[in-house]
Amino acid sequence: MTTVDGTGSEAQRLRRASPLRQLLTRPEFGSIVGAILIFVVFWALTGFTVGKGFMSWQGFAAYIEVAAQVGILGATVALLMIAGEFDLSIGSMVGAAGLILGLSITQFGLPLWLGLIITFAFALAVGALNGYIVVRTGLPSFIVTLGSLYMLRGAGLALTRLVSNGQTIVSGVGTAAADDPISKLFNAVLFTIEGGDFKIELVWWIAVVGISTWILLRTRFGNWIFAVGGSKEASRNIGVPVNRVKILLFMATAASAALFACIQVLSVGNADVLRGTGKEFEAIITAVIGGTLLTGGYGSALGSAFGAFILGVTQLGIFFVPGFNSDWYAFVLGALLLVAALVNNWILRRASGARS
Amino acid sequence: MTTAPSTSTDASAAASDIPVLEAQSISKYFGRVVALKDVSLSVKAGEVNCLLGDNGAGKSTLIKTLSGVHRPDDGQLLIDGHPVTLSSPHDAQSHGIATVFQDLAVLPLMSVSRNFFLGNEPTKGRGPFRRFDMAYADRTAQEHMREIGIEVRDTSQLVGTMSGGERQTLAIARAEYFGARVLILDEPTSALGVKQAAIVLRHIVRARSRGLAVIFITHNVQHALPVGDKFTILSHGQSLGVFKRGEVGMNELLGLMGGGEELEDLSRELDELQASAASAEPEAPPPSG
Repeated sequence: MTTVDGTGSEAQRLRRASPLRQLLTRPEFGSIVGAILIFVVFWALTGFTVGKGFMSWQGFAAYIEVAAQVGILGATVALLMIAGEFDLSIGSMVGAAGLILGLSITQFGLPLWLGLIITFAFALAVGALNGYIVVRTGLPSFIVTLGSLYMLRGAGLALTRLVSNGQTIVSGVGTAAADDPISKLFNAVLFTIEGGDFKIELVWWIAVVGISTWILLRTRFGNWIFAVGGSKEASRNIGVPVNRVKILLFMATAASAALFACIQVLSVGNADVLRGTGKEFEAIITAVIGGTLLTGGYGSALGSAFGAFILGVTQLGIFFVPGFNSDWYAFVLGALLLVAALVNNWILRRASGARS
Repeated sequence: MTTAPSTSTDASAAASDIPVLEAQSISKYFGRVVALKDVSLSVKAGEVNCLLGDNGAGKSTLIKTLSGVHRPDDGQLLIDGHPVTLSSPHDAQSHGIATVFQDLAVLPLMSVSRNFFLGNEPTKGRGPFRRFDMAYADRTAQEHMREIGIEVRDTSQLVGTMSGGERQTLAIARAEYFGARVLILDEPTSALGVKQAAIVLRHIVRARSRGLAVIFITHNVQHALPVGDKFTILSHGQSLGVFKRGEVGMNELLGLMGGGEELEDLSRELDELQASAASAEPEAPPPSG
C-alpha cells in the first residue's frame, strides 16, 4: 500500500522501526545494559551495603577516576576502530609522553606550558607517522603500531635510565609544576561529596567523549569514519579522503594518550616510562564493550564511556568483594570482553536484518 | 555546467547525435598482457549500450578506463565530442561520468541517508559548528528513493537490511542525484535473483527515459536484450562489433560472446556424456544389488 509500483513486495519488508527497536539496535545499547548489570552485581556481591565501601561517594569517586582515565583513551580508540584500524602504541605513548613532559620541566627547566606543547607535538607527530606508515604501506595497523609500541617503550626506558641514573622514574615533577596554575587543568579536585573527591579528569572524559560522539554522528568527517571502516575501496571510489581520515584518527589516539599522560604525571608528581603498560588493550576492551566492531564500520564513541565505566566499576569493585582481590580483575575483564563481543554480534545482526 | 542534473535533458535534446561519452580505438596493456586492443564504444543521451562479454574479455579494464581508474595506452576518450583525459574517478565524476561498481556500491553498516550523501554530505552551521545536516539528508534521501520506487520509512535503517536489488538501485539513484549524465553499471544484476534483477533493469529503463546515457556491463544476455539499444561485444580484449537492437537475437549474442565454437564444443561434449551415461546405465544396478 505504501509502495510506488511493482517493486512492492521488497519495500513492504521495511517495517517502521519503533523507538524501542531503535534503541535495541543502537551500538551502545549493550554497554548501557552491561553498565547497570555490572553495577548491580557488584553491589549485590558486597551485600547491598549503602554508605560505605562500594556503594559510597568515596567508592563512586574512585571508580569514576579510573573510568575517566581509561575513557579518555577509549573514545578516540573507538573512532579509530570504527575506521577499521588499531593503535597499540598508545600504551607506551602514555609512558613516553609522560617522560617528555617530566624531563622538559625538571631536567630542562622549561615552563609547564612549553612542556605541554612539546609533549602534544611529539604525540601528534608519532600518531601521524603511525598513520602515514599504515596508509602508505598497506600493512595492518596492528603490526605497525605493535612496532611503535615496543620502539617507544624501549627508547623511553633507555633514555630515562640515561638521564636519571638507572631509574625508570623521573621524579620532582610535582614540585617543579606545583606553583603553575596550568597544572590545575590536569590535577585538581572538582568537588567533594562525603569524602569522595571528584577530580578534573571527569571533565576531560566528558569533553573527549562528547566531542568524539559529535564528530562521529554529526559531521561529514564522522560519516567518512564509518565509511572508511566499512570499505576502503568504496569510500575511495566515492571520493572520501581515506588516508587523511585515518592519519587524523591516529593523531587523535596519540593525543588522547598524551592527555592521559599529563593527567597522570601531574597528579602523581613523577613520570614513569612504564606507566600506561597494558592501557592499549584496556582502551580496545572499552571500545568493544561500548559496541564497536573489531572489524570496523560500526560502533559508538558514547558507548566507550559506558565501557570505561564498566572497567572502573570492575577494577575497584573487586576490592570491595570479600574473598576476592585485584588478581581477579584481568579474569573478569577478559570474560566481559568475550560477552561484549557476543552481544555486539547479536545487536549487529538485528540492526542489519541478519543480512551481511 | 556538466554536473548540473537539470541541464542533462536539454543537452540530450540539443545534441543527441553526438555521443555523451565515446571511446575511440582504446588499447590498454599490462606489461606484456594485451587487456584491450583497439576497442571503440560510444553512448548517446537516452541510450543504453550493453557491454557484453565473457569473464576475462576485458570488460573491467574498459570500464575502469572509462571511469578514470586507468589511463588508455592508445586511443582517446571524448565527452560531448571533445577529447578529455580522465586523471581519477573523481575527475570522471566531475565530467558527469558515474560508475557503480558491482560489490562496492554501498556500505551495509551505514544508514540509507548516510550512504546516499557519502562524500557529498550537506552541512549547516559555520566554523567549528559546521555539521552534517541529517534532517535534510534524511528528507532528501527518502524523497529521492520514493521517486525511484523504493519506500524507505526509516532512513536510519542500515542498508544491510535492504535487498540486493534495492542496494544497487540506491547506488544508481545516488549517482544520478549528484549529476551523472553517463551511468556506467558494472554487472549490476549478476549477483541478483530474477526479481531483484528486475528492479535494477526497470531502473535502467527509467534512467534512459530521463535522458541519461547508460553503459550496462553484463554477461547475462537475458538481462541485456530487453533494455539495450546497442550491444557491444567484447572478446579477448577486442571488440567483435556493435549491434543495434533488433539486429541480433539471443543465440547470436550468446554465440559471439562465448566464442560460438566453444559453445558448440560444449554441447557436443554434453551430448556424448549423456550418451555414455545412457549406455552405462544397464550395467550400473548389479554392483549395488
